[in-house]
Amino acid sequence: MRTTMKIRKYGIAFLLILLATNVSAQVSFERILNAEDEPENWLTYNGGYKSQRYSKLDQITPENVSDLKLQWTLQNQVFGAWQSNPIVADGIMYITERPNSVMAVDAITGRVFWKYRHVPAENALVCCGANNRGVAILDDKVFMGTLDARLVALDRITGSPVWDVEVGDVNQAYSVTMAPLVVKDKVIVGVGGGEFGIRGYVAAYDADTGEEAWKTYTIPGPGEPNHDSWEGDDWEHGGAPVWITGSFDPELNLTYWGVGNPGPDWNAGQRPGDNLYSDSVIALDADSGELKWYFQFTPNDAYDYDSVQVPVLADIVWRGTPSKVMMWANRNGYFYVLDRVTGKFLEGKPYVTVNWSSGLDENGRPIPTPQDEGMPTFPGNQGGTNWYPPSFSPRTGLFYFSAWQDYATIYRAEESEYEPGRAFLGGGFSVLAPAPGAPTIGIGRTNPINNWTNEVGFASLKAMDPQTGEEVWSYDQFDVSDSGMLTTASDLLFTGGREGYFHAVDARSGDSVVERQLGRTDCDGASYL
Amino acid sequence: MEIPSLRISRLPSLALCAVFSFCAQQTVAQEVGDHQYTSEAVETGSRVYTQQCALCHGPQGDLVDGIDLSIGQFRNAQSDSDLVGVISGGAAEGRMPAFNLRAEEMNGIIAFIRAGFDPEGVAVRIGDPARGKALFEGKGECADCHRVRGVGPRTAPDLSNIGAIRTPASLQRNLLDPATALLPINRPVRLVTRNEETIVGRRLNEDTYTVQIIDSQERLRSLKKSDLVSYEISDQPSKQPTDMTSDEVADVVGYLLSLRGIE
Ligand code: HEC
Ligand code: HEC
Repeated sequence: MRTTMKIRKYGIAFLLILLATNVSAQVSFERILNAEDEPENWLTYNGGYKSQRYSKLDQITPENVSDLKLQWTLQNQVFGAWQSNPIVADGIMYITERPNSVMAVDAITGRVFWKYRHVPAENALVCCGANNRGVAILDDKVFMGTLDARLVALDRITGSPVWDVEVGDVNQAYSVTMAPLVVKDKVIVGVGGGEFGIRGYVAAYDADTGEEAWKTYTIPGPGEPNHDSWEGDDWEHGGAPVWITGSFDPELNLTYWGVGNPGPDWNAGQRPGDNLYSDSVIALDADSGELKWYFQFTPNDAYDYDSVQVPVLADIVWRGTPSKVMMWANRNGYFYVLDRVTGKFLEGKPYVTVNWSSGLDENGRPIPTPQDEGMPTFPGNQGGTNWYPPSFSPRTGLFYFSAWQDYATIYRAEESEYEPGRAFLGGGFSVLAPAPGAPTIGIGRTNPINNWTNEVGFASLKAMDPQTGEEVWSYDQFDVSDSGMLTTASDLLFTGGREGYFHAVDARSGDSVVERQLGRTDCDGASYL
Repeated sequence: MEIPSLRISRLPSLALCAVFSFCAQQTVAQEVGDHQYTSEAVETGSRVYTQQCALCHGPQGDLVDGIDLSIGQFRNAQSDSDLVGVISGGAAEGRMPAFNLRAEEMNGIIAFIRAGFDPEGVAVRIGDPARGKALFEGKGECADCHRVRGVGPRTAPDLSNIGAIRTPASLQRNLLDPATALLPINRPVRLVTRNEETIVGRRLNEDTYTVQIIDSQERLRSLKKSDLVSYEISDQPSKQPTDMTSDEVADVVGYLLSLRGIE
């Protein structure tokens, strides 16, 4: 009797396992290509290769959004904000925790299936916090870049490492903070270290083996085109990191990447020239990594205006012509529309106060108006916006992002000597405040009391019309926000902010529909709903 | 409903604030984020400095020969990670001792050093605290508005710990020119609710949808902006520049600097 029971039990369990393997489909490249068509999942950092962060889901409407209830909370175990964007595949959420842990979580209950910890080498250096922005997924693996500049592939069912390769030299302060981008059979990452005199690059690895497939420097070496935008050996440690996930156009077979600041950060005089391809968007062939075009937003940057925003792609009728465009609210305070086939500049206008430049010429090159020493520069060091992912809704035709308004910085330039693995900054800055010694905005928010107030800067969620380059509406917050955006087919826009509110806003009018206090601040708008 | 001029857009009466700095050490960097320290960090650093460093380096940071911490003049150190190295490792065979600071203390001390101790570098005369105390409670009339160590009204900021969190320059400025010293959060506010209640007070905190104040009856109030029919924030401080002599001001500053929490 007992024996039969046992045998019976085994029989059922076995059957379940068989069922499971049949049901949980692989996350193939085909599925990622059409990620927009399975809105119940979130298969890439930006929700799809166009990086629109637009969801076709429409069950949540302006009428019922106030019925949303908190389903679960997963408390992070490490101090500091989450900048990690969850990947969701077939009910399982993959999320990273500082410094370099990956968790597989049941998306319905929030319970954790497995957790993998990578302990970065002790000498790993990152300028701005032990951030990690999430994993990429392909077939039966997930991939994470690490603070000590490695790329790790994990089995997505068990969480065990499959391969672990070096992306950059940790002793020279290379790091990886972005979520990788998977294209076809390759995993592509860029490197951080723009404050430490690295020479940036984007590199692709075979998803099965981890073998390097190509590597393209963001600073051209001797003999390469545009090498002469640098003098002497400045190019060897000129920064130009890539620390935000790019986008991909399968028809053009191009990947697009935002490139960070040149180094040393604040002493532009020490590195004469345009310093290509710092503060640019670059278009790289997905198979070979070959550079097809570039567009530079801020030549010879003295303000730390990394162009590490997400390249947002859309196929729209632009001023009467069907066009393949790229939309870009840049850290330098201008909003751009580019032709993503050629990199040609189509439109560009300031979206916040800008005084480092008086405008853009017909090619989109800024006309510089550097401020006198000791005078404030708008926008300030953190920029008019930064890496916070924007959204584009094909329904409204509008582009949405988090801007910092009324925020300025006073820069100080200094000569600095490059030393491997050391900070290479060329000066410093202070934030403009209404009274001497008054508190100002920091990079994160650690104080529950806002004693700096909106007088030193505040968040303005902006809706931009790519047809005109103009703002259509804005929704202001009292503190600044580093939050990403998500739009839906029901014309809602979801975002967060440093104050810990979760906001639902009408994507057409900009009216607040609902706000909820969730406690700690959240960095990413792509919440799992 | 209209909330009149929630934002006072007042561009510079140019003041440099805050603190740039940079932190290579990961534990520290985790806390502060990108190239900047918070005001809390500077406050913490100021406390650590007076307790642990001022003994040798002096109140102005310039007492060790060839080193002036307040203006960033060091013998060897350059970057923040160098500073962290010296502070945690010591130097000169222990003449500069090794300190085992907690991460936020280390972060704070670097922030405080990088803040130049006093963001404006103003040399401030600091007088006799005992005479300053007498002035504070008597002729200066400070005690009419301010509370210190459990005594006095609460509507103006409690000054019990002010010496630990403000520079001499900012304390002096508050007496001589309260208008330019006025911190944004301290601006007097006047609110009118839907129920036609008028509330006058000082802000303690604010966010997009709510504001927290201490009102003129010393009550803590938290109000939803959607319940207000008007919300005014004043540019003007609630007090006049002092008419004390410069010696008296120096004494009061000396007294304020001695206020570092309960004894
Ligand atoms: C017991 C006395 C003493 C104390 C207490 C002390 N210091 Fe020092 N410090 C020194 C001396 C002496 C030197 C010079 C060492 C040398 O000869 O290079 C020094 C050097 C330094 C330097 C290095 C400057 C350079 O050239 O690189 C820094 C930074 C520093 N101290 C910071 C601090 C801080 C911060 C504290 C408190 C946490 C502190 N010190 C406490 C005595 C002290
Ligand atoms: C009429 C009431 C009043 C009197 C009298 C007064 N204060 Fe104040 N004080 C305030 C208020 C209100 C604030 C907050 C707003 C501001 O900064 O103006 C303040 C702010 C301050 C601050 C700054 C607090 C901070 O957080 O930085 C200091 C220091 C200060 N007072 C010291 C004094 C001293 C010393 C005297 C006497 C010489 C004095 N006050 C007299 C009302 C008063």
